Amino acid sequence: MTALIEVRNLTIRFRTDEGLVTAVEDVSFTLGKGEVMGLVGESGSGKSVTAKALMSLNARNAVYGEGSRITLHTETGPVEVLKLKTARDLKVVRGGAISMIFQEPMASFAPAITIGKQMVEQLQLHGDMSKARAREISVEMLDRVGISDPARRFDQYAFELSGGMRQRAMIAMALSTKPKLLIADEPTTALDVTIQAQVIDLMKDLVNEFHMGIVFITHDLGVIAQTVDKISVMYLGRLIEEGPVREVIRNPKHPYTQGLIAALPKLDDLDAPLTPVAGDIPSPLERPAGCVFHTRCPKLLGGVCRTALPGDTRVDATHRVACHLYPPGGAA
Amino acid sequence: MSVPSETLPAGVDQKAKEAYFTASQGQLIWARFKGNRTAMIAAWALVLMIMMGIFAPFLSPYDPTIAGRDENYENGAPQLPKFWDENGFSFRPFIYATERERSIKTNFRWVVTENREKRLYMRFFVEGWEYRILRVIPGDLHLFGVDGDGKIHLFGTDASGKDIFSRTLHAIWTSLAVGTLGVLISFVLALIIGGVAGYFGGWIDSVLQMVTDAIRTVPSIPLFMALAAFMPDHWSSETRFFFISIILGLIGWPTLARRIRTHLLTERTQEYVLAAELCGASAGHVIRRHLLPSFTSYIIVDLMISFPYMVRSETALSFIGLGLKDPVNSLGALMQNVSKADVLLNYQWYFIPVIFFVALVLAFVFVGDGLRDAADPYSDTKK
Amino acid sequence: MTDAPLISTSDLSVGFRTGSGFFGKSLLKAVDHVSLDIRKGSFFGLVGESGSGKTTLGRALLKAVPMTGGTARFRDGEVDYDLTTLSGPALKDYRKRAQLIFQDPYAALSPRMTVRDIIAEPLEVMGLTKTREETDTRVRAIAAKCRLNLEHLRRFPHAFSGGQRQRISIARALVSGPKFIVADESVAALDVSIQADVLNLLKELQRDLQITFLFISHDLSVVAHTCDQVAVMYLGRLVESAPTRRLFAAPRHPYTKALFSAIPSLDPDDRGRGQKLTGEIPSPTNQPPGCKFHTRCPHAIARCKTDEPALEHPGDGHEVACHRWRELLDERAA
Repeated sequence: MTALIEVRNLTIRFRTDEGLVTAVEDVSFTLGKGEVMGLVGESGSGKSVTAKALMSLNARNAVYGEGSRITLHTETGPVEVLKLKTARDLKVVRGGAISMIFQEPMASFAPAITIGKQMVEQLQLHGDMSKARAREISVEMLDRVGISDPARRFDQYAFELSGGMRQRAMIAMALSTKPKLLIADEPTTALDVTIQAQVIDLMKDLVNEFHMGIVFITHDLGVIAQTVDKISVMYLGRLIEEGPVREVIRNPKHPYTQGLIAALPKLDDLDAPLTPVAGDIPSPLERPAGCVFHTRCPKLLGGVCRTALPGDTRVDATHRVACHLYPPGGAA
Repeated sequence: MSVPSETLPAGVDQKAKEAYFTASQGQLIWARFKGNRTAMIAAWALVLMIMMGIFAPFLSPYDPTIAGRDENYENGAPQLPKFWDENGFSFRPFIYATERERSIKTNFRWVVTENREKRLYMRFFVEGWEYRILRVIPGDLHLFGVDGDGKIHLFGTDASGKDIFSRTLHAIWTSLAVGTLGVLISFVLALIIGGVAGYFGGWIDSVLQMVTDAIRTVPSIPLFMALAAFMPDHWSSETRFFFISIILGLIGWPTLARRIRTHLLTERTQEYVLAAELCGASAGHVIRRHLLPSFTSYIIVDLMISFPYMVRSETALSFIGLGLKDPVNSLGALMQNVSKADVLLNYQWYFIPVIFFVALVLAFVFVGDGLRDAADPYSDTKK
Repeated sequence: MTDAPLISTSDLSVGFRTGSGFFGKSLLKAVDHVSLDIRKGSFFGLVGESGSGKTTLGRALLKAVPMTGGTARFRDGEVDYDLTTLSGPALKDYRKRAQLIFQDPYAALSPRMTVRDIIAEPLEVMGLTKTREETDTRVRAIAAKCRLNLEHLRRFPHAFSGGQRQRISIARALVSGPKFIVADESVAALDVSIQADVLNLLKELQRDLQITFLFISHDLSVVAHTCDQVAVMYLGRLVESAPTRRLFAAPRHPYTKALFSAIPSLDPDDRGRGQKLTGEIPSPTNQPPGCKFHTRCPHAIARCKTDEPALEHPGDGHEVACHRWRELLDERAA
């Protein structure tokens, strides 16, 4: 599979009143063309910050580490996203080759402009086309995402649509520029579960049709299991496990992944007790030394976990984990 | 390959963390404010000027009223103390004595000349005219003065010989006092009206909003002109002073009331207020424990921002003659004299109070801005 | 169990007038003729999506919103209150016995009060303690039960994570010794690893302090693991209610079945299970006639469009409101 976007040694810190806070540390991954990757983590894991970095959307007080690289492979050659500075250069990345959909669709749509107008504006910004053609494409997209009576909806305002429809409209808007990479940041979290199911089905259909790469960010393992090919688990800014979704869910290696899966209430065994991951997530001001998970790890090895950062170990060709339980060279 | 990680780039020690965890909102705001350099500089400048105003009598060598005028030095240029001249160096700063004479040579007009031979040395902590600080503490000590019969005028004198330096310092105090009184009056009114509107909502809110908006639309200049026409001439400056303050307060409350109302409406719907109500908390408890503390920080900011408006309003009114007049010392009254062509051409030192006025207003504005940024938890894109 | 239920409602309705201005106000029936019984000591789950009215029902039972129709009764062995007419000193007493845990741990705690003051507030408002020492003792006791230590009591809410704040919320709700707690989506805003922790805490508290919980949630899996009785609501109406095991083993109402199939399974190969619903949830101000669910129901017939189904009792504590429940076979794999 040819690479679409490569992230190498991404480190992001934020300058705040309380000091320099590390949000993402030394994250590396590769997404292939047409591959769907799930970025899983809880609050404070850094998954949203990572995703925003792909489009250079982080706030001005973000400090990128030396050696952080994000390379987007476009038709015209590789683009170093972190080196793009001017608005014109960034246009390639933002909304052009990469599109993003958010958790809260009301936040994506300007409340005083009709949906249609915003979609047309998006298209005209990224391509050379007439307003009529842009309208045609937009209505087509609205229909494609399952919005009934799309021509009428085109002229409506965001608040006139229900939550599920707004989310679909946002997906339509994001896809109308035919991006190579779609970043979906918690797109179904705010939706009711029956609507969520519809949107998940929609996204799967669109993946098959458009062959785009998707980075799907969520904390909901169930949604991930149903939609992605590859799963990456983040904790406190570090990528601790990555692999094909079936592998990681059925055979999780990292104690955090294991704990996360175990903590989920499962419908097929109502008698099983709920087992939380012990302890609380450390505050960003109190980042543990050594392995960031060691303060809560049930399989703590001792000194090495407290002082040394675990490197990546390949469990097999596609599954890697960062944990001292799996020293490089020795299999799991 | 494991990488040892001894040094964490984002190092924050344990005590600092605990301090952060146990810091109240007030302490957090203060910490954020301290980090803002512009605001801190402005705050120091403000404190300095307030101190100058309070201790004006001590700092002024001469009585700023007609009683302290220097007949020998009317419209006199500023006299800056020197340490050195052609006659040699001196540790003690000095100025030259001035003499006023009138003779046939000068067409019987008073002419003031400087006697460069006669030095008047400055003295510190001299006894002089009596005063009362804040109308309470009596004293007669002044920071500086000169030997003998001479007088030192750091900022020069005006047409009747009154020392501008002394007048300026006292004027700061007057302007601040009028401003404070105005702010207090508008605050009390705004608190009552905005508070009731915000707390009860519904039709009470609608009615009070209409009243507030009506008052806001009243144009202030015509109103003041009408009131100025009303003010009897025989009123003492004191009475005028209070009258102006009260009027400023009565005009200024709508903006503050609107802010208070908005704060209250937001706070009332907070979940922790509902939690208290579900315990059966009375309205008084909710107001006291939750609503008032929640908007104290905002209100302080609002008050701080209202100050420059009050000072500016008083100054502007006095400047156009509708407020305090000469011989009262207020920054506006001092600036009244500035607009004459005579002054612009010959007596430029009359402008010095303008600098103080600008500095005072700017200091308030920067401190207010700094406080607002410190109190606002969402402004994190500055550093 | 022959005891009277702790909470029993009969045709309870809660309506709101919406819209601004003096004209054009429409009636929003948030809760529409709901009858249910909550047994003492149970962990009762109330499930639904947006517009179902579950939050409104919970708050109405706590007298946070006014009831506009029907009756509700509270009987805990000591008192017998008619919740529709409760006021004055009786209402004050009821507040000691019934409390609420909020959903959003970030909005539910005043940022200007220390944790100790937050937990102590109900005691002070209700006048349950006389001296500061007494208050401190009780606060410490309940904080310990919620695994908050002395150091935590001195801090302000901004020092804590979501899970910890929720524990502070729980401590505040419990400090007055209530026997009935409404937990309104209390774990929805929490991470999965913390969610389990808080749920275990709630179960523990239920056992130790004999508290009855009304657990409102949209998450069926969470409800399945913690509750012993579950009621499902849709657009203000109760559509099904049963003991948990029975509901999950054999749901009768098409909506309940759809809710189950909508839950994304953790098994990547288990896809397309059961019936997926089409269409949007109707707006609560514009409710469909007849059975509220007929616009999305795959089994709707002509009768569903005109007649509202009544709550029927197939037996064993199972209740369902559907015209066709007898005909529809169970689609869930055993």
